[in-house]
Amino acid sequence: MTTETTSPAGTSLGAEQLGKFLYEMMLIRRFEEKCGELYTKGKIRGFLHLYTGQEACAVGSMAALEERDKIVTHYRDHGHALARGLDPDRVMAELFGKATGVSGGRGGSMHLYDVSKGFLGGYAIVAAHLPLAVGLGMASNMKKEGFVTLCVFGDGSVGEGEFHEALNLSVLWNTPTTFFCENNLYGMGVPFHASLSTDIPKLAAAYNMPAVSVDGMDVIAVHEATRKAVEHARSGKGPYFIEAMTYRYRGHSMSDPELYRLKDEIEEYRQRDAIERLKTHLMEAGQLDEARYQELIARVEQVVDEAVEFSEQSPQPGIDTLYDHLYKEPSDG
Amino acid sequence: MAEMRMREALREALREEMLRDETIFLMGEDIGLYGGSYAVTKGLLEEFGEARVIDTPIAESGIVGAGIGAAMGGLRPMVELMTINFSFLALDQIVNSAAKLYHMSNGQINVPLVIRMASGGGSQLAATHSHSLEGLYAHFPGLKVVCPSNAADAKGLLKRAFRDDNTVIFIEHTANYAIKGEVPDDPDFLIEFGVANILREGTDVTIVGYGGSVHQATRAATLLEEQEEISAEVIDLRTLRPLDMDTVIASVKKTNRCVIVEDAWRFGGFGGELAAQVMEHAFDWLDAPVARVACKDVPLPYNRNLEFAALPSEEDVVDAVLGMFKE
Ligand SMILES: Cc1ncc(C[n+]2csc(CCOP(=O)(O)OP(=O)(O)O)c2C)c(N)n1
Ligand SMILES: [Mg+2]
Repeated sequence: MTTETTSPAGTSLGAEQLGKFLYEMMLIRRFEEKCGELYTKGKIRGFLHLYTGQEACAVGSMAALEERDKIVTHYRDHGHALARGLDPDRVMAELFGKATGVSGGRGGSMHLYDVSKGFLGGYAIVAAHLPLAVGLGMASNMKKEGFVTLCVFGDGSVGEGEFHEALNLSVLWNTPTTFFCENNLYGMGVPFHASLSTDIPKLAAAYNMPAVSVDGMDVIAVHEATRKAVEHARSGKGPYFIEAMTYRYRGHSMSDPELYRLKDEIEEYRQRDAIERLKTHLMEAGQLDEARYQELIARVEQVVDEAVEFSEQSPQPGIDTLYDHLYKEPSDG
Repeated sequence: MAEMRMREALREALREEMLRDETIFLMGEDIGLYGGSYAVTKGLLEEFGEARVIDTPIAESGIVGAGIGAAMGGLRPMVELMTINFSFLALDQIVNSAAKLYHMSNGQINVPLVIRMASGGGSQLAATHSHSLEGLYAHFPGLKVVCPSNAADAKGLLKRAFRDDNTVIFIEHTANYAIKGEVPDDPDFLIEFGVANILREGTDVTIVGYGGSVHQATRAATLLEEQEEISAEVIDLRTLRPLDMDTVIASVKKTNRCVIVEDAWRFGGFGGELAAQVMEHAFDWLDAPVARVACKDVPLPYNRNLEFAALPSEEDVVDAVLGMFKE
């Protein structure tokens, strides 16, 4: 196990790529803030888990994938969906439960799918998708399709048997899987050190899987680690484990009284905010100025507003569709 | 007597039982620091300390298995599984260990374990998070299955669960947590298992519910009386195992009609068991086939309209009753 910290200054990524990272992280941030507002207005319902604070994880990792690659992630999935390029209109429409949503209004926040983007879902049962990522890897190997599966999950997953079963199987069967653990220090209200007797990367190492721990609030570090992991998988060397140390600014879900942490802690992590850090870096490097930054703010505002407008205008799924998609029939496309 | 919500009545039961019996301890995901996902265990960590209120990792199979082991070792654990949806991960331990040990060991090992879990749909949590599995657990001999519909019952039944020498699956419908009711404060207030509650007497039709569906049944009975002058008797089963068929059969022999309401899917559901038993024991008294009102045969969708369309409503119950009175 190695711990890597990449300073933004040392990156080989160009200004254009970094500008894209900044924009995507800002988009996710604004999208999530808007979702929080819409939830209190009753436009979005059910369980809503916001991603603010963790944007660098989604943006840095997704950028390391090719079009043919697949993604499975957990229920805190809006950021991954947006970073993978799912249409913000249709992601928002899903949260509104509309027919135009990426899951037709059936899935809601925790269950986003867009197979056309290789986005094979948000999974709401903790650790349920880890074995699926192994199976996708088997398919990639057997069909010689060369795609890599990025499997994203939280630190809370490590307590589940499926986590361990999946890691073991993927090493045994040499599947092209990148296990990406977003360690935001809590699984709901349980501090991560209270739910695991060791360090997360050591678990992977115990199964003979290469593992790194990176600063998950540094988009460049996340990106470089994921690129390496994906290359490793693509070259036939099997799975790779990344632990990205990060932090969620909001409660676990919208109903979290947050009795388990202090406001100071949130403030402390906000000082390391991934968006602020990249912005500062780009400004210092002369690759961003205030005017351009204001343009980005206006752009994400517009994209989010349009997504809300689209969702408001979209139709509800008809009651006559209730029984749709229960079984796939030969006549279905 | 004091008025309180069902979640508070459950908390009182836990407190009183923990004060009464030192071998009782609680474990589960987020029951301590967080205060419980549905705030049932709020304040108990502060009162009883970390040794008796244990926050666990997310490891359903592990904690249920550990609960079984602790029970085998002479303790009386309660495991909270947050929601019934996550109990699938612990199903092997529940079914193959907890439900079987007493029988397989020829009576040498019993498992006095209480497993609590929140259940039910109606909150737009979508398909993975909206299960109603009371009937599934009732399927397994060796388990007791309890599903309270109100605050007083919740307290009396949970206290009773801790005094049982077997594993009790205690299922709490999320829609019931906030319902208020008068709750006895006698520390020995217990409600016996296998005793159904006649919530409302009537003469024309028997409506049977449990857990969450008791409320659709009761609202339907009110509608039937106000709008149709039909007098419905409403029975709350309270426990599915043991099952109080005597009360149901006596009622059906009086009303000659029976409608069963449940939040779970109809196909292969508990309502089928009830209907069969009514048929076996009261066939000659029935003026109409037993009707079942249940969840539509689809996974519960997130969209509000679709979810409402899928779940059984009081209107569905009224329609089922009216159908029985048509020639
Ligand atoms: C099997 C299972 N058990 C419990 C839950 C309830 N639950 C939902 S999220 C969560 C915490 C997960 O924490 P983590 O994996 O760290 O992800 P994070 O929410 O921090 O992103 C829990 C306990 C669940 N969804 N699935
Ligand atoms: Mg976490």
